[in-house]
Amino acid sequence: MALDQSFVGRTYPPTAPYEVGREKIREFAEAVGDPNPVYTDPDAAKAFGHPDVIAPPTFPFLITYRAAGQVVLDPELGLDFGRVVHGDQKFSYTRPVRAGDRLSVTVAIDAIKSLAGNDVIDVRGDVRDESGEHVVTALMKLVSRAPEES
Amino acid sequence: MTAKISYDEVEAGTELPAQMFPVSRATLVQYAGASGDFNPIHWNEPFAKEVGLPDVIAHGMFTMASAIRVVTDWVGDPGAVIEYGVRFTKPVVVPNDDKGALIEVTAKVGAKLDDQERTVRVDLTATADGQKVLGMSRAVVRLA
Repeated sequence: MALDQSFVGRTYPPTAPYEVGREKIREFAEAVGDPNPVYTDPDAAKAFGHPDVIAPPTFPFLITYRAAGQVVLDPELGLDFGRVVHGDQKFSYTRPVRAGDRLSVTVAIDAIKSLAGNDVIDVRGDVRDESGEHVVTALMKLVSRAPEES
Repeated sequence: MTAKISYDEVEAGTELPAQMFPVSRATLVQYAGASGDFNPIHWNEPFAKEVGLPDVIAHGMFTMASAIRVVTDWVGDPGAVIEYGVRFTKPVVVPNDDKGALIEVTAKVGAKLDDQERTVRVDLTATADGQKVLGMSRAVVRLA
């Protein structure tokens, strides 16, 4: 069943701040097998002009995906989570996420389309730091596969 | 100090050093823990098969994280990446054996975008088992 188009443009309240820790960044960098010292050594990060260790480029997804749960699990929208697959992912950075950041995400629904019976929904997450400055925007395209014909 | 690659020394078509990233079941368990994505299709073989997959598959976000390393290892500073986007076209199937899967990533400078901002677009190709696993995979990077 096609999703309700009136949800396009809907914005959800900003999430409670997520505090980015050095050890969480280290754990994530190890999990993706990335030995770049800017993720673990504050001096290496400072050599590139960063005030503290920075996080790998896809790290913000941990925060934005959790925030997008507001859309995915919104009973009014009625997305069938069991049928949802991740279609596209894009990040636009003002600056890299770094240790000590307290980040809040504002989630919005950018678009809802129907393609060959599948619902395609574009979810945007704008990530801002404690002072309200933009850090990164994550764009996630979710595809809800049409139920099989019985 | 920012990127260790200078804008002036690259051209459209300049190839970045290619890399290969092995993925085992242990890799997926570690990524699940670090990322908080515990979807059973990434660790539970009977579940994966029940929902129509050939076997356990890697997290798309793990593949995305691996692919950008070709860019960040090239420029040195991951903070030089201004934009990064991918389309997940095929899953990376990870068998429960001593080999697992191998993600192969190549990249080249697609275009020089802005002489003032010293930005380039890098086009990435990621394959596993001969299949293209990422499409529309592009990064915008600010060079020195």
